[in-house]
Amino acid sequence: MSVAEQSIAGAEARGHGFMASSVGRKVVMAGTGIILFGFVTVHMIGNTQAYMGAETFNAYAKFLHSMLHGGGIWIFRAVLLAATGLHIWSAVTLTLDNRAARPVGYRAQQNVASTWASRTMRWSGVILAAFIVYHLMHLTIGNAHPNFDHANPYANFVNGFKVPAAAGFYIVAQLCLGLHMWHGVWSVTQTLGLSHPRYDSLRRNFATGLTVLVVGVNITYPLAVLTGFIR
Amino acid sequence: MSKHLNLTLHVWRQKNATCDGKFVEYPAENISPDMSFLEMLDIVNEGLIRKGEDPITFDHDCREGICGTCSMVINGRPHGPKERTTTCQLHMRSFKDGESITLEPWRAEAFPVLKDLMVDRGALDRIIAAGGFVSVPTGSAQDANALPIPKENAELAMDAAACIGCGACVAACPNASAMLFLSAKVSQLSLLPQGQPERYTRVRDMVAQMDAEEFGTCTNHGECEIACPKGIKMENIARMNRDFIKASLTYRPAVAGGGGAG
Repeated sequence: MSVAEQSIAGAEARGHGFMASSVGRKVVMAGTGIILFGFVTVHMIGNTQAYMGAETFNAYAKFLHSMLHGGGIWIFRAVLLAATGLHIWSAVTLTLDNRAARPVGYRAQQNVASTWASRTMRWSGVILAAFIVYHLMHLTIGNAHPNFDHANPYANFVNGFKVPAAAGFYIVAQLCLGLHMWHGVWSVTQTLGLSHPRYDSLRRNFATGLTVLVVGVNITYPLAVLTGFIR
Repeated sequence: MSKHLNLTLHVWRQKNATCDGKFVEYPAENISPDMSFLEMLDIVNEGLIRKGEDPITFDHDCREGICGTCSMVINGRPHGPKERTTTCQLHMRSFKDGESITLEPWRAEAFPVLKDLMVDRGALDRIIAAGGFVSVPTGSAQDANALPIPKENAELAMDAAACIGCGACVAACPNASAMLFLSAKVSQLSLLPQGQPERYTRVRDMVAQMDAEEFGTCTNHGECEIACPKGIKMENIARMNRDFIKASLTYRPAVAGGGGAG
């Protein structure tokens, strides 16, 4: 045991700032989590235009690239990159702290209240990070796409999902997103202190509802292409 | 008359804080289902002493569920399988004849094992010493109801104050986090008028001490709430987080010479 552990001192004396504290980093994770699940929700809603045909979908893509004279998309990208970076930074540092806090485990640990989703947050998070890199290479940059055409996002969407392995990875990633969001959205309310007995069932239901909606709709995109519903 | 039980114990034996430990198997024979869990261990220990062996060391004191001294993880659950029950209040009728029972100490970097099932929980005391108090003069008692307190707040503060500081929340948490303990100690004061003057320095100071003690952090699993023998709710953690956020946004760094009124 180190000397620091044996001594008693307050935040001021320790120079223990917000970003260094465990609760502060959890607030960072929750705040960036709101940005990220807000983004995936809007992303899901925008993509429903794939069901309205090539013209509507391509016009939507053009709008995204031209809003605020083309600067809008870069503001979005900067915010998302910063949020993702901070989210991963807080996750990694907190995970390392948590591992160090229990160096010797139990022989017979029983999980009673935790869920499979809550226990696999680190794994679902890592898979999502890998998926985001692939997704950007696949449908934004195009270097992981069989025949990418910058002028025709709709064709990229359809041709991309015609490859069963690619569509499969998207579906797996969406299931991971579901696990991650279901525990994450509820956790946000707890970490930010948004708890009140009157709204306790509401915040669970909100997490479940938003997760089912986002993941449910997102999974239909690769399935619709594979089944030939979107051509 | 109920049938007596024969059990097999797998107990963590560790000579001292620096030695490596290991599991050792002991039979617990002819155990009355009306015994408490600690009485069962007393019987096993008497047998060990009679054979000239070192008895199993475990923490215990009041044996009526209010002191928070007894600990140990029983078959993977702190204080055993019954909810809202400390180890001393757990009875052998909760077990079946022939059952194997695994006994382990609280596992956390902040709780070093001293011997067998006994750990040092001084880290929790140091968290209290860092801020879990009110600095008011305790002169003669003032008139009843001189300080108006909403009944609901009094009840919630009392619920939080039910924490006996046993550390089961830390033991149950997959991250060995002390957030449920900390939040109970913060809430019992922040809900009452006497706790207000130090409300926002207290929460920052106690979190700083918790981090220095190398407890883990909350990932909202909820294992602590189920393991707590006193039914402390996770709502306290949310309240503590709320106070911590407000404290972090509004605290004023101390200035040399401080204050202007002097």
